Amino acid sequence: MSVILSIEGVSKTYATGVQALQPTDLSINRGEIFALLGPNGAGKTSLIGLVCGTVRLEAGRIIADGADTVRQYRRARAKIGLVPQEVSTDSFETVWATMRFSRGLFGLSRNDAHLEKVLKSLSLWEKREAKIQTLSGGMKRRLMIAKALSHEPSILFLDEPSAGVDVELRRDMWAMVRGLRDSGVTIILTTHYIEEAEELADRIGVINKGRLILVEEKTTLMKRLGGRKLKLHLAQPLASIDPRLADFNLTLEQDGRRLVYAFDSVAEDTGVSRLLRSLEAVGVDYKDLHTEQSSLEDIFVSLVSQIP
Amino acid sequence: MNLHAVQAIYHFEMARWFRTLGQSLFSPVLSTSLYFIVFGAAIGGQMGVIEGVSYGAFIVPGLVMLSILTESVSNASFGIYMPKWSGAIYEILSAPVSPFEVVLGFVGAATTKSIVIGAVILMTARLFVPYEIQNPILMAAFLVLTAFTFCLFGFVLGVWADNWEKLSIAPLLIITPLTFLGGAFYSIGMLPEFWRTVALFNPVVYLINGFRWSFYGTADVPVWVSLTMITGFLALCLSLVWWIFRTGYRLKA
Ligand SMILES: Nc1ncnc2c1ncn2[C@@H]1O[C@H](COP(=O)(O)OP(=O)(O)OP(=O)(O)O)[C@@H](O)[C@H]1O
Ligand SMILES: [Mg+2]
Repeated sequence: MSVILSIEGVSKTYATGVQALQPTDLSINRGEIFALLGPNGAGKTSLIGLVCGTVRLEAGRIIADGADTVRQYRRARAKIGLVPQEVSTDSFETVWATMRFSRGLFGLSRNDAHLEKVLKSLSLWEKREAKIQTLSGGMKRRLMIAKALSHEPSILFLDEPSAGVDVELRRDMWAMVRGLRDSGVTIILTTHYIEEAEELADRIGVINKGRLILVEEKTTLMKRLGGRKLKLHLAQPLASIDPRLADFNLTLEQDGRRLVYAFDSVAEDTGVSRLLRSLEAVGVDYKDLHTEQSSLEDIFVSLVSQIP
Repeated sequence: MNLHAVQAIYHFEMARWFRTLGQSLFSPVLSTSLYFIVFGAAIGGQMGVIEGVSYGAFIVPGLVMLSILTESVSNASFGIYMPKWSGAIYEILSAPVSPFEVVLGFVGAATTKSIVIGAVILMTARLFVPYEIQNPILMAAFLVLTAFTFCLFGFVLGVWADNWEKLSIAPLLIITPLTFLGGAFYSIGMLPEFWRTVALFNPVVYLINGFRWSFYGTADVPVWVSLTMITGFLALCLSLVWWIFRTGYRLKA
């Protein structure tokens, strides 16, 4: 596996004195989908900005597809596409005009066939003559992606692609991202949602307070983060847990009205169905049930405490 | 050299202008006409002849300069401020373009607009007074050089401004007064001694006089001083632009 993007000793302190990123090393492999996971203000956008050139790089070195992003910025930037977190375009232009602008800006000659293909793949072709201000929020977001693809980048940054996108559209977006990866584009996306990272990524990096806490294969990480809870709302409150259920990792909450079963979601046998059968056998009745993944906050707490 | 990028930016800026072309041309034409009605017809009759030129013809170069300066500064500052304000600047910052190319695209487009406006005003003026241009080449050179320099200045202003008030304050507070006081409507030779000396500190005096020299061969200051002044100001604006991109001033976090 070859490395397409290498970030070495990069850190960032803004003029305001905020240290958005502590010295960070990160390598992205060619052809992978890498998810950068972290809460608000963690430094995700800053890291992307440093690679793409929207934030000044003062410390460290970044090599994108063999080119230094500062010294050989032309070569490096030609390979990179950026979809920013916020939708921001000139709203009086048409979709087609802005696409042509983007391609030209990246130094490529006109290629209507490529732009057509990109717009079609994002279901924007019918809107090509429309002014941007007349597009819906979701369409504008897709247009931002289309613009970033107009110059056929080999590395694509998606800064929170699913923010403000409805559930159905999110599925489409995921399918599109996978399609891009299959066509050979390396993708780095940021997200707040574990589900999204789990759904899409080959590898996941977790960042918090400007520190890249860990980088791991998704499957490995999901094992570590696989802790899940089954919560049962009981028909009648229980004073204590029946000893016949001692095999299960159970706790009572809310004065015995809620029974919680902690299990490993990636394990071969999660024990969920066995538990439900056992509950029936001992005559514990419940009104409702749901499962919960440990929240991102929980994970950070556990990760930070594991790493010295 | 990323010529595609220069072209893309230039094209984008011109397209923005063409969307509101009528408006863009109408207001300078209207204000020029008003100036001619007020200054040329109403007051001009009392003014007689200045340095051998009728008053109506005398104010033509000043009027063109007045519009060129304000239009250059406001057009160019708006052009770069807009993407900064909307956030669309991210695309330019992340593109394989050099500062030189960015400036060429934005300032080139703004300069084109100013020159077109200047030409339109000259044609409008012709409807009111039969002026002549003794040295058309020098006239064109002054027009282009001034438009380009003040578009650069506008670009710097647009980068510096971080709100809409700042953006409109410079044309209003600096350019307009300097032009009015810079002898657009009178010869500074007509001023009392003290104010004549003060006027010589106004850079716009040199622009207007150099420009007027190319029309009528007369001016309050030698034409080479005018050329030196405009070149000096051009050099100043160029170094400001160079510094902005070197430091990422107000463009990059
Ligand atoms: N231009 C800037 N000037 C000063 N401080 C900034 C700037 N941009 C970001 N910061 C600060 O840097 C830190 C990291 O911000 P960043 O935008 O990188 O976080 P993020 O992980 O993208 O957050 P979010 O999930 O909310 O998008 C924050 O404390 C933020 O306030
Ligand atoms: Mg962000």
